[in-house]
Amino acid sequence: MTPDRLRDALRGVPDPDWLATALRRVAAEPGEIARFFPAAGRRCGRDELPDLPGWTADEAARALLLAALPTDHAAQADALYRTGDAAEKRAVLKALPLLPVGTAGVPLLHDAIRTNDTRLVAAALGPYARHLDPAAWRQAVLKCVFTGVPLAVVADLDARADGELAAMLAALAAERAAAGRTMPADATDLLDRLRAGADTGPKEA
Amino acid sequence: MRIFDPHIHMTSRTTDDYERMAAAGVRAVVEPAFWLGQPRTGVGSFTDYFDSLVGWEPFRAGQFGVRHHATVALNPKEANDPRCRPVLDVLPRYLEKDGVVAVGEIGYDAMTPEEDDVFAAQLALAVAHDLPALVHTPHRDKARGVERSLAVVAESGIEPGRVVLDHLNEVTVELVRHTGCWLGFSIYPDTKMSPPRMVELLKAYGTERVLVNSAADWGRSDPLLTRATGEAMLLAGFTDDDVDRVLWRNPVEFYGQSGRLDLGDVDAPGATFAGNSILRGGS
Repeated sequence: MTPDRLRDALRGVPDPDWLATALRRVAAEPGEIARFFPAAGRRCGRDELPDLPGWTADEAARALLLAALPTDHAAQADALYRTGDAAEKRAVLKALPLLPVGTAGVPLLHDAIRTNDTRLVAAALGPYARHLDPAAWRQAVLKCVFTGVPLAVVADLDARADGELAAMLAALAAERAAAGRTMPADATDLLDRLRAGADTGPKEA
Repeated sequence: MRIFDPHIHMTSRTTDDYERMAAAGVRAVVEPAFWLGQPRTGVGSFTDYFDSLVGWEPFRAGQFGVRHHATVALNPKEANDPRCRPVLDVLPRYLEKDGVVAVGEIGYDAMTPEEDDVFAAQLALAVAHDLPALVHTPHRDKARGVERSLAVVAESGIEPGRVVLDHLNEVTVELVRHTGCWLGFSIYPDTKMSPPRMVELLKAYGTERVLVNSAADWGRSDPLLTRATGEAMLLAGFTDDDVDRVLWRNPVEFYGQSGRLDLGDVDAPGATFAGNSILRGGS
């Protein structure tokens, strides 16, 4: 994802002038982002963008606002996440891969994954989750299975899934079977793929 | 019957309540920030609570097809603790949130000078953030509390049509009904108002600018008494349209003044909720 693609997808929002003004103001006076960020849903809408599946208008607008900052992206992202409502937090998480923040956003992923708000858990497992250590990442994937978040939201799923995750999924499947409950089909499929991969030897990192 | 409960403390209620409310026709709620029973001692307790009102609680409500909005304020009881006073400084950031549709609950508990200051300061915040205000009226010395609240509201300059005085009854309704403010009534199992008494007030004063709520919280209360009031209205000869006005269109009109009510697909007259259980994670 790039800011240009977000900008293109937002051309049809109800109040494009508001967004253009907000982006200019934030570039000139970074502190102003605290005022524009919560209002983005009211001004740009909250529906999914037709040209950008997986992104809602408010998420895209807020990601653009963050990307428009001239400096201090990590500190601003942290502050906006900590003081944000659920939709604002989700937008910060989705914006992280677009921002020059290095690994500074990782604590926000940990916070989101600790919640039981499935929208936050899902938003934490996009491309930026490559900075999560393997143990935290596996726990997060397993949490998706537990809470019914589709595994399609997990970036780099097959490339990162390893034998340890397979063992955790198998243990969950055994618990579910003992209780007479089922596993989500995408989790069963992943487990099947991991087992098939293990049979044909270790895969490359 | 579609129901919008304009005052209910869902933080204190269980998922069973959400299920029963959805089954009874409750599709939207407003949760005012208030006291939690245990006094708080610092700002952090309040921000965690406010964050929940714009974060976790709307998510939880959404699992049951109920749209959740909130009002945010420093309540009059805790306004008396100097350790809680700095809550006023963090309110502006919450008053810009999508899900916050009014400043509240503000008003009086024991009518102290501290409550005077905090009440007036928060009415000014309502004006500054272009939001309506939800005014709690005191349980003790209520009539004088209502009169004093009306004086503070008038002095603040906020438009009366953007203010509701809540927890009114047969005695205090007369004080408010000609002021232009909205009339709020809380229906409780024992105290405040009951469905039959509410019906008598609606017969006497009509359905205009009336909000009926359950104010259900951690005390003895019942989130289905909005529905019970609607049924009592029908039995007394009110029409379906009267009930819809009191239990849906009036709260939509009042809180709609915020410009932030987002009822999306829940306000269609025929909409039903498909049924779901809250997702319980393994954490």
